[in-house]
Amino acid sequence: LDYQHVQVPFEITLWIMLASLAKIGFHLYNKLPSVVPESCLLIFVGLIMGGIIYGLNDRSPPVMDTDIFFLYLLPPIVLDAGYFMPSRPFFENMGTILLYAVVGTVWNVFGIGFSLYGICQVKAFRLQDVSLLHNLLFGSLIAAVDPVAVLAVFEEIHVNEKLHILVFGESLLNDAVTVVLYKLFRSFCEMPAIKSVDVFAGIGKFFVVGLGGVLLGLSFGFTAAFTTRFTKDIRVIEPLFVFLYSYLSYLTAEMFHLSGIVAIIACAMGMKRYVEANISLKSHTTVKYFMKMWSSVSDTLIFIFLGVSTIGENHEWNWPYICFTVIFCLVWRALGVLVLTFFVNRFHVNTITGKDQFIIAYGGLRGAICFSLVFLLPDFHRKKLFIAATTVVILFTVFIQGMTIRPLVDLLAVKRKRESAPTVGEQIHIRFLDHLLAGIEDISGHWGQYYWKDKLEYFNSKYLQKILLREYDQPKSSIVLLYEKLERKHAIELAEAGQLGHAPSHPALLNDRTVIMDKKLEDDALNSNVLDNIQEILARNLYRTRRTGPAYSRHTLPGETEHVEHAKEILILRHKSL
Amino acid sequence: SVSHSQITRLYSRFTSLDKGENGTLSREDFQRIPELAINPLGDRIINAFFPEGEDQVNFRGFMRTLAHFRPIEDNEKSKDHNGPEPLNSRSNKLHFAFRLYDLDKDDKISRDELLQVLRMMVGVNISDEQLGSIADRTIQEADQDGDSAISFAEFVKVLEKVDVEQKMSIRFLH
Repeated sequence: LDYQHVQVPFEITLWIMLASLAKIGFHLYNKLPSVVPESCLLIFVGLIMGGIIYGLNDRSPPVMDTDIFFLYLLPPIVLDAGYFMPSRPFFENMGTILLYAVVGTVWNVFGIGFSLYGICQVKAFRLQDVSLLHNLLFGSLIAAVDPVAVLAVFEEIHVNEKLHILVFGESLLNDAVTVVLYKLFRSFCEMPAIKSVDVFAGIGKFFVVGLGGVLLGLSFGFTAAFTTRFTKDIRVIEPLFVFLYSYLSYLTAEMFHLSGIVAIIACAMGMKRYVEANISLKSHTTVKYFMKMWSSVSDTLIFIFLGVSTIGENHEWNWPYICFTVIFCLVWRALGVLVLTFFVNRFHVNTITGKDQFIIAYGGLRGAICFSLVFLLPDFHRKKLFIAATTVVILFTVFIQGMTIRPLVDLLAVKRKRESAPTVGEQIHIRFLDHLLAGIEDISGHWGQYYWKDKLEYFNSKYLQKILLREYDQPKSSIVLLYEKLERKHAIELAEAGQLGHAPSHPALLNDRTVIMDKKLEDDALNSNVLDNIQEILARNLYRTRRTGPAYSRHTLPGETEHVEHAKEILILRHKSL
Repeated sequence: SVSHSQITRLYSRFTSLDKGENGTLSREDFQRIPELAINPLGDRIINAFFPEGEDQVNFRGFMRTLAHFRPIEDNEKSKDHNGPEPLNSRSNKLHFAFRLYDLDKDDKISRDELLQVLRMMVGVNISDEQLGSIADRTIQEADQDGDSAISFAEFVKVLEKVDVEQKMSIRFLH
């Protein structure tokens, strides 16, 4: 046996295989994912694995190496998030997102840090040697909401587009703040004396880190777009450029101590439009599939490793400190959300409701980023305490908050519906008005910062397009591209069915749709006078306006969601009536 | 009336839509808006901007149509109605929506007109028979004078519990 030779790749592959098999296992038993979010199950598997390894080797299992996490596991997830981030809701709510990400995180850090310091003063807990600076350092790494965990849990609860993008955007952008504060406090720990100059330098550093990350990401993104302009003859390696440039932007940002997450998001958002126009359709599909695949695997591995690393002798269980950490995390987050939302609602007519605030506050999950950061701490005598506290907070948020958020949301939603049920007429007319308003908003250009979008569009069409696109006719929006694809597909199908010139009576493209319809005719024809049945049928079949669903989904490719199916149907109907 | 900054904003939107740069918008200019293409009521909304029988709309007409969607200010609610009602009153908002249903402009939504709108708003999984019974039910609920059609007054009554002011207002148009 030549195990030494293949050991490293072999073990890596085995871990990935375990992760993937675990995923299959969960979905085989259908009911489980709706009760327990996948992230919990994965941590559980990790705990079991960790226990086995501990039992076999009788020493602590390998702790997830922070380098592996930050360099290999985190980038695919963030790239996936950034590439598929729907830009319209993101930029529409940018102000609110930035407010939560920056001000909210700073509020949480200082709140948690100071209150934990207060706890440390209590003599009974034997914690007096934990200084204020240590507490602030701990606060800075535990306060940030984690995008991986948030994504994993928000998949299960169906919230509207705006809420989803708020929490999700916040979890991505607060990385810049976390990086700055963490490094700041860590360097303060090592400095003998702190002057106010250093504090101001810290604040300035925040802008450098954030804006620098954005600029770096954008430059890599545009370079990627430029490169794809010339790939016409070597289509097979086109997808590679997308990944290479994004990863490079992340690594370069980390090298310069800027925020890698912000850089990779900026890169993905900047290059998306141009790259999609330049590369072939097949490359495009490849890019989408590979991104989803890699981010799925990463996500699974992270949670499993979280479970594995929990077992072992890395912890000092000082329960008062740990319990108060959990409590303060919850309390400060809730307070922060309340205060900030109060300010946000002053400026927007479209307010964030109480229920939304609850979801934002309760959905602030901590995850693997905190975990890795705590292991990166310099070795001092209380480090194990922090590790223990971090572990408990993460497990608490993922398990308890993750599992209970859905029932709580349902409970809150049910409370609102106690008013009398709408009549059929109301149901139809309300949906009618929703579509009408959505249409008028689209016509009137409903961005608050419409001025800037227009300027950006102008800059884009005058300069960027000419440089970055291979053929610069009007860059087709995805809807127009979809329509063209549809036309081609429809024509091909008609030709194949030998039905050129014979229009089907219902605008149904697929044959099995007509079969379903026939069946439904038999089932429902008899009941069609019952009011409940009608309302149910309407609720199921009325097209939704675009704002009522989540904007980004981890597991489905864009282009395969229900919304797109409806869009296709509408386009075909309109085409027929023209 | 609409504030100065809003007028400027809408004018810049108008000019950006006006690809032909001749100071008026045609139907093609509206159809270029991608989200409108997948709005089930897209065509009807576009038609609402164009006055009877015309193919071009100028900025004044554009503004006039959009003015229906201004939020209702609190101080306006208490004004007594000596002059003509403002365009964005509840009644006029509802009238705008009513006109989108009522294509033949006979001040009644007939069964056929309702069916047309319903067909645009539902998916392909509902048969014509089902849709017909849904339309019948809707008219039956609303109809008070027994003419098997929904008049404007009946339409208003159906929606009396709905917060139309909020549903038909665009937040920044004030």
